[in-house]
Amino acid sequence: MSLQMLSIIAVGLTFVVYIAIAIWARAGSTSEFYVAGKGIHPIANGMATAADWMSAASFISMAGIIAFAGFAGGAYLMGWTGGYVLMALLLAPYLRKFGKFTVPEFIGDRFYSTTARTVAVVCLLVISLTYVIGQMRGVGIAFANILQLSIETGLYVGMAIVFVYAVLGGMKGITYTQIAQYVIMIFAYSVPAIFISLQITGAVAPQIGLGSTLAGTDTYMLDALNNTVAQLGFGSYTDRVSMGTFNMFLLTLSLMIGTAGLPHVIVRFFTVPKMSDARSSAGWALIFIALLYTVAPAVGAMAVYNLANTVQPGIEDGLALGDPEGSLPIEDQPAWMDRWAQTGLLAVDDKNADGRIQWYNDANPEMQAQAETFGWAGNELTVNNDIMVLANPEIAGLPNWVAALVAAGGIAAALSTAAGLLLAISSSISHDLLKGVFMPKISEKNELMAARVSMGVAIVVAGYLGLNPPGFAAQVVALAFGLAAASLFPVLMMGIFMKRINKQGAITGMLVGLISTMLYIFLFKGWFFIPGTAPLTDDPSGWIFGINPLGFGVIGAILNFASAYIVSSMTAPTPRYIQELVDNVRIPRAQA
Amino acid sequence: MASTGKDNNEYWRRNLGVIKVCLVIWVSVSLLAGVLFAPLLNQFNLGGYPLGFWFAQQGAIYVFIVLIFFYAWRMNKLDREFDVNEE
Repeated sequence: MSLQMLSIIAVGLTFVVYIAIAIWARAGSTSEFYVAGKGIHPIANGMATAADWMSAASFISMAGIIAFAGFAGGAYLMGWTGGYVLMALLLAPYLRKFGKFTVPEFIGDRFYSTTARTVAVVCLLVISLTYVIGQMRGVGIAFANILQLSIETGLYVGMAIVFVYAVLGGMKGITYTQIAQYVIMIFAYSVPAIFISLQITGAVAPQIGLGSTLAGTDTYMLDALNNTVAQLGFGSYTDRVSMGTFNMFLLTLSLMIGTAGLPHVIVRFFTVPKMSDARSSAGWALIFIALLYTVAPAVGAMAVYNLANTVQPGIEDGLALGDPEGSLPIEDQPAWMDRWAQTGLLAVDDKNADGRIQWYNDANPEMQAQAETFGWAGNELTVNNDIMVLANPEIAGLPNWVAALVAAGGIAAALSTAAGLLLAISSSISHDLLKGVFMPKISEKNELMAARVSMGVAIVVAGYLGLNPPGFAAQVVALAFGLAAASLFPVLMMGIFMKRINKQGAITGMLVGLISTMLYIFLFKGWFFIPGTAPLTDDPSGWIFGINPLGFGVIGAILNFASAYIVSSMTAPTPRYIQELVDNVRIPRAQA
Repeated sequence: MASTGKDNNEYWRRNLGVIKVCLVIWVSVSLLAGVLFAPLLNQFNLGGYPLGFWFAQQGAIYVFIVLIFFYAWRMNKLDREFDVNEE
């Protein structure tokens, strides 16, 4: 059976599962719609959180990002997992104890202010909208690349599926679907990774394989990889910090704080029965996330190793660099290279017309000078990050059903994250804006209907933006994580840990964090991301104090903390009943 | 119990103590071992892994998991000690 046919069957089967779950897990109350009735077992919630968290980018792109960044790719790995420690220690248990439905609701109650709640909704919407566009596109792109359908078709099908289970089931439907999606996702990621690890190192677990010797030799895989990529001018794989240590530090910390401040992840911890469950559930979530995140570096490194030795086999064969025999003849390129060239994710351009492919770092002046003496006229192979995961099954020579599984996994990753984000968006509209601000007297039945309608509208808007991505859609790391770190995380943490932070302080802090971070990003990426309007150049020479806009979130967070503290100490103290609310949130149960 | 307020303050103080210890370890294995001191640690090896690289791409994540479960376990114990544990 053809790969396309198999993939369509695999994806179709997963859709049947999602719809079956949707019909079984319908929501009957606002509590079920917003927080799954607070009845999710902590392990089940951990699994759903992992699926919610791991997006199309984690599944399809992350291994490739690490593969090309080398050591510094660790910023993403540590940042996107370290945030769960902050979540478990500083936020999740207390917000669960508070026991309401949304993140802005806590901010509004704790800071006794509808204004604070509305500002929080604005932050939430910017963060979640930026994030969801990439997921909607991810569904479309997965369809396009793997099923050879158009991006539009993929997007419409994805929207229809999410519509069924998110509108019917709300958080309850989303949770059980995410559990199924996690299982599909982790299986699809692990199988090719295990086979590649076995082929290259003989170790079953890719985490062990990455630190093992090449099968049948005494050479460590990473030493061989370091040697190969260094010869090609990319620098040693395990030492390379192309972004610089300072910016790797800032990016890691910003991603950690940003992860802990993402509303669609925080709200997952509102669904467990108890405060102590929220603590352990974060640990389970991280275990399930780590099953993919500790494999991704192996997938990335092994993919680069495979690619380098496919295109420049001379290095492993011990030929001198520059020996014509050391580069792959174009007519000998493996079938997977041909196939992925058709999708545009891989391109070969025989610049020096020698009939062979040279792959090296032509941006490195020393390497380029050396290459010219070989008669090389520039790098001839460009590879998209996503290939490292998508082409894995074919590179490893695995049967077609594995590639079909990867298709289903990629789509599951995108859908599960999209659904979580859409819930955060729609509940902030129906619960925080409609019930919280405009129609406080709305009945529960009508609010549930409003929640369903705003979910439907959110899906249509996200789908439209996925089809016509605005300029900011590509700035997920800077915008979504930067803003979550700079606006929501500090104000949530201060709400729990610092009683003296009052309404004025919180509003000032959020606005300072939000505006300073947006401003810093706009300075380098253009005003509202309109191309050509950036006042400063987006490279180390233009960055203020050398700070990369991607890592500005932590600076925004510091400004938020500082301004909230200063303003609070100059204005009226927090009212007594708010201090009691904080006391109540801090302990699991009042003493008998 | 009469001295509820005082007990609650003590409970919170103990909680902050546990959090501080956990966060020090959290920073040490990631931002220190995995970023700032990674070039130094890369002179040592863990199997085929240079040590700093291992912290950045594997080790920090394992320690994070242990930290969260340690915190959950420690707080459950503290909850019972102060008689504030949920049913």
